[in-house]
Amino acid sequence: MTMLTKQQEALDEKRSIDEDVLVEVRNVKKYFSIKGGILQKTVGQLKAVDDVSFTIRKGETLGIVGESGSGKSTLGRVLIRLLDSTAGQIIFNQTDITNLRQRQIRPIREDMQMVFQDPFASLNSKMSIEQLIEEPLLVQGKLAKAARKEKVLEVLEKVGLRKDDLQKYPHEFSGGQRQRISIARALVLNPKFVICDEPVSALDVSIQAQVLNLMKDLQGDLGLTYLFIAHDLSVVKHISDRVAVMYLGRFAEIAPKKQLYEKALHPYTQALLSSIPTIDLNVGNAKKEKIKLEGDLPSPANPPSGCTFRTRCPKAHDRCAVDRPELLEIEKDHFVACHLYSEG
Amino acid sequence: MSSQPVLDVQKLKTYFYLEQELVAKAVDDVSFSVYPGETVAIVGESGSGKSITALSIMQLINKPGRIVEGSIHVKDKNLLNLKPKQMTAIRGNHIGMIFQEPMTALNPVFTIGNQITEMIRKHKKVSKQIAQLKAIELLRIVGIPRPEQIIKEYPHQLSGGMRQRVMIAMAISCEPELIIADEPTTALDVTIQAQILDLLLEMQQRYNMALLLITHDLGVVYEYTDKVIVMYGGQIVEQAPTKQLLSLTKHPYTKGLLSSLPKMDEDVERLGTIQGTVPAAYNFPVGCRFSTRCPFVMEKCKQTNPELLQNDTDHFVRCHLYEEGGESQ
Ligand SMILES: Nc1ncnc2c1ncn2[C@@H]1O[C@H](COP(=O)(O)OP(=O)(O)OP(=O)(O)O)[C@@H](O)[C@H]1O
Ligand SMILES: Nc1ncnc2c1ncn2[C@@H]1O[C@H](COP(=O)(O)OP(=O)(O)O)[C@@H](O)[C@H]1O
Ligand code: SF4
Ligand code: SF4
Ligand SMILES: [Mg+2]
Ligand SMILES: [Mg+2]
Repeated sequence: MTMLTKQQEALDEKRSIDEDVLVEVRNVKKYFSIKGGILQKTVGQLKAVDDVSFTIRKGETLGIVGESGSGKSTLGRVLIRLLDSTAGQIIFNQTDITNLRQRQIRPIREDMQMVFQDPFASLNSKMSIEQLIEEPLLVQGKLAKAARKEKVLEVLEKVGLRKDDLQKYPHEFSGGQRQRISIARALVLNPKFVICDEPVSALDVSIQAQVLNLMKDLQGDLGLTYLFIAHDLSVVKHISDRVAVMYLGRFAEIAPKKQLYEKALHPYTQALLSSIPTIDLNVGNAKKEKIKLEGDLPSPANPPSGCTFRTRCPKAHDRCAVDRPELLEIEKDHFVACHLYSEG
Repeated sequence: MSSQPVLDVQKLKTYFYLEQELVAKAVDDVSFSVYPGETVAIVGESGSGKSITALSIMQLINKPGRIVEGSIHVKDKNLLNLKPKQMTAIRGNHIGMIFQEPMTALNPVFTIGNQITEMIRKHKKVSKQIAQLKAIELLRIVGIPRPEQIIKEYPHQLSGGMRQRVMIAMAISCEPELIIADEPTTALDVTIQAQILDLLLEMQQRYNMALLLITHDLGVVYEYTDKVIVMYGGQIVEQAPTKQLLSLTKHPYTKGLLSSLPKMDEDVERLGTIQGTVPAAYNFPVGCRFSTRCPFVMEKCKQTNPELLQNDTDHFVRCHLYEEGGESQ
């Protein structure tokens, strides 16, 4: 038996006993073709997500951070099957949904919803708030009119909007309120899993805090599982139980929140954390030594060989240009993809 | 500070005259000064009047907006009395400006080199060749690799961070006394943000310029500035040296902002919030503009808008809670 199949069997076994896993992602890839020339032929591949594996347990929040273009949204869209994956497997609630047809996926989709960054673009401006929140129920077609109205009122209240808001239109609301409407739309079908793609990035801090508190409350009340995508590390720290750091389509590190923020192992995570300007008024604290990264994020259409972070990594060495580091479990639940922590 | 300020804004009012006789009081009675070599932050949520303050200083307000009152002095000149041509000389020679979205400030159809040499030649009588050499030198100073190559490229060929470096190169090209940077890193990733802010500070020291940094990030304020102006509803609500403002915070709005920040060094179950939303600039409440959201609101807050008063050395607050014994700025 090869190493790989052994690993696979061990995984399978683990999964069958691990009933509290809601989402399992195995070696998922999403490549986009790059077209060029007058004939728009495929001239290359852009590896937006490149071999990512992880699990999310029921009731948990997994945060995903990374610079823009690192593949966070693509990963979210692939997970919920808004995009087809190039390779890999997606298992949701014990069902392999990787290759389900759109018709087959519909009932499962009710259990997975998405909240987007831009509350302006994601709501149809011609629909009233009532119509917007009712729409998913209409599409689902299970409830009669009276029951639908009741359900709409119930979620409306949950997200902190008022009954007299129902007849208003999106432009009459502020960004934070619009985000509440998006959340109501996502929750009206009683999903198990919600993918939140930068839900507070467009909001001012005082409004961001209102929405984050709301999302935490709803999670407690409704037993929701979240995948929370953001580029703000302090926001992700606040909301998540575990955090994954993405770089050029791959996971650099994934660990329980406390471990990741207190003793990050990957040089990229360390640099990210030390780049955040923070208020530190404790007089006793020495000024933290900052790790500054040089250069820009390389293009995912033309990533560096070996470790994709090596062009900016202060610890890069010969091996990094040749071998791609695997994501390995260095401590319990703490996975890192870096040669500093692997043998050979 | 005893020296003369490089920028002195007094009682500035910039209003937008909208349909149905509505008036948006985007900037409403704002006074502050910036001294040589100082780094001053303006913070506030969106819509608080930060950008309009900056654009007013640069005289870049378009209809239906208008500066209705006040003075803006750079050295001994009141910019509001200058002719357009004289103002062009001030922009660049005395004040450089950096915007949040460099793509809107750079012209997409001209090369980088073209735009920098143009900028130099607008203010200095030098040949194209000399200006070109100066452009390459400037790009090298702001940390752009292969500047001889980059001057031949177009803005869209550069990353966001590189474009912001080009903007900085253009802003410092005439060695102004003051740089105004309006959210220069908001569109950038955190590792690139650190590079750009460090570069701005380095340039400031190298050319001994003052820096007016507009941001909504209190972490940036803490790490990069000497003095902070907090704006709310088109007005300054609190102003103090940075450390003092963040540790001995007085205004209820500033306190609310600080408590709503997720913290990196501690875990809190719930974040502090400020209830409600920012009122529209054409519809401010009577009395204190923060009264619709303030947890300490009193009867008189709903009737009279407090003045910005000195409460402590260099510490100014606009709030009825701090009025006794205060003296006017
Ligand atoms: N062209 C305009 N017409 C009407 N009102 C305007 C115009 N420009 C700005 N305003 C109003 O002036 C106020 C201040 O605007 P300003 O752009 O200075 O805010 P800001 O603090 O820079 O916000 P942001 O962080 O969103 O850029 C806002 O209420 C805004 O709606
Ligand atoms: N439909 C698409 N066609 C081609 N490239 C795409 C498409 N969607 C995303 N990409 C590319 O994939 C990479 C990751 O994108 P995305 O997941 O949106 O990043 P993030 O959300 O982290 O900002 C980027 O380089 C982006 O340009
Ligand atoms: S593998 Fe090498 S280049 Fe990559 S993060 Fe580790 S040390 Fe740096
Ligand atoms: S004046 Fe009154 S309403 Fe305004 S900030 Fe002070 S206490 Fe609050
Ligand atoms: Mg995204
Ligand atoms: Mg602005």
